[in-house]
Amino acid sequence: MKVLVPVKRVLDYNVKVRVKADGSGVDLSNMKMSMNPFDEIAIEEAVRLKEAGTATEVVAVSIGVPQAQDTLRTALAMGADRALLIQSDQDLEPLSVAKLLKAVVAEEQPTVVILGKQAIDGDNNAVGQMLAALLDWPQATFASKVEIAGNKATVMREVDGGLQTIEVDLPAVITVDLRLNEPRYASLPNIMKARKKPLDVKEAASYGVDIAPRLQVLKVAEPAKRKAGIKVEDAADLVMRLKNEAGVL
Amino acid sequence: MAVLIIADHDNHAVRDTTHKSVTAAAGLSGDIDILVLGQGARAAADAAAKITGVRKVLLAESPALGAMVAEAVEAVVLPLMAGYDALLTPATSAGKNVAPRIAAKLDVAPISDIVEVIDASTFTRPIYAGNALETIKSSDAKKVITVRPTVFAAAAEGGSAAVEVVSAAGDAGKSRFVSEETVKSARPELGAARIIVSGGRAMGSADEFKAVLEPLADMLGAAIGASRAAVDAGYAPNDFQVGQTGKVVAPDLYIAIGISGAIQHLAGMKDSKVIVAINKDPDAPIFQVADYGLVGDYKTLVPQFSAELQKMGN
Repeated sequence: MKVLVPVKRVLDYNVKVRVKADGSGVDLSNMKMSMNPFDEIAIEEAVRLKEAGTATEVVAVSIGVPQAQDTLRTALAMGADRALLIQSDQDLEPLSVAKLLKAVVAEEQPTVVILGKQAIDGDNNAVGQMLAALLDWPQATFASKVEIAGNKATVMREVDGGLQTIEVDLPAVITVDLRLNEPRYASLPNIMKARKKPLDVKEAASYGVDIAPRLQVLKVAEPAKRKAGIKVEDAADLVMRLKNEAGVL
Repeated sequence: MAVLIIADHDNHAVRDTTHKSVTAAAGLSGDIDILVLGQGARAAADAAAKITGVRKVLLAESPALGAMVAEAVEAVVLPLMAGYDALLTPATSAGKNVAPRIAAKLDVAPISDIVEVIDASTFTRPIYAGNALETIKSSDAKKVITVRPTVFAAAAEGGSAAVEVVSAAGDAGKSRFVSEETVKSARPELGAARIIVSGGRAMGSADEFKAVLEPLADMLGAAIGASRAAVDAGYAPNDFQVGQTGKVVAPDLYIAIGISGAIQHLAGMKDSKVIVAINKDPDAPIFQVADYGLVGDYKTLVPQFSAELQKMGN
């Protein structure tokens, strides 16, 4: 069973986000970039499936600028077997990403696609669901537990009221949530080994799919800042102020 | 132009996220229909029909729709979209699950988590955990949108739209509902609560989390929330999580106890009307957004706070 794991290169989650002065976007120049944390969880899950003998091969794929090769090397160091970069300088929308991934699925014929439920830059939470739709595959989103047996996956999902378990026929798309696993750190020997693992590069245009943008970004702005309030003396002062000043009790 | 809204409901009533989505939809069009998907959801459909500004309510019922299985939802919604220019749904876990799937089938770019409707094609939405707001214009003929409910006012009630039953013939195909573990609680739901008390990693254990937060929540009639750190550590269930990747809330009063205020937590609660922080670290980032900060150990401060509340006769 082959597992395909799409990963995205994003602004590192520890870096302070700065909006460009001209309102054209978020400043990414000379910033630390890393693998989307949800995608790290997806890679970890795929590698564990391989370690358990359920999966035979883990293929990581990224779509983006040439530097996304670094992100793929991280995936390889965590245990993916090989990687594919679909190169594009354009900032692709989830619909375009899903269409390119559909083309990759046609080539690679994976049994499962596992990916993060959302990327922490665009926060769209869309690619997995869209890929499943385009492939006419079932989807199991926001996974907090995945069990694969035979031609079925049983997935426990994080939903608003608690946890929901569904069963999907394979092939399927699974998007992962925070509590699925704790991703490993790549060891130095594995980082060295990852340099020798195969990493193919293809141009997005070579897939011949429509990746023209549908959304035009008119502006990017900083949200209104909430101003800091006051430190109160003690619990009595707090209750008094909540009642008389804020009027919320 | 007509808009279809997938309702958020519990079979008996519609949640106010639905009313808020009606307000958002009114920025696109005056012709607003609500689709209630469920099993035994007639009462919810009748409730939806009372929302002011709703033209009609469509009701589709099946066991798979009761569990909001994405493939079953798609089978009902997709054919209906021939008659609509936009599909809206509150950005709940069910809404986020189904909206992009339907968008892909319609070959349109979904627009997630909008916080402002500028015109029928232009919307503002948070990116980077709410650290930036992007305004985007869609060139798609049909729009598929999830709505962040906390920022829109709830549409009033007083309407009397007709309820029409539509076919739920399509099945979920390759996807089946197995089971659901929902937390039964007498407390209000996080998304709808007027007051939320929230705990962080400082609690140190699940027992301590309960012992500190539950009595206070019950005294205030509040819902209980948690930081991601507290959920990851197993002190609180996942559906308590407030933050960028959990629930986004905006109650009248949000009380953060032992929560440092990581960016991703702030993204989920900074629109609350009044924020109280109780934390022993005076430099914790939570104090930068709190209206009222109380510095000290929650172990002494929370009992004092409860005692003062009781004195006030709350």
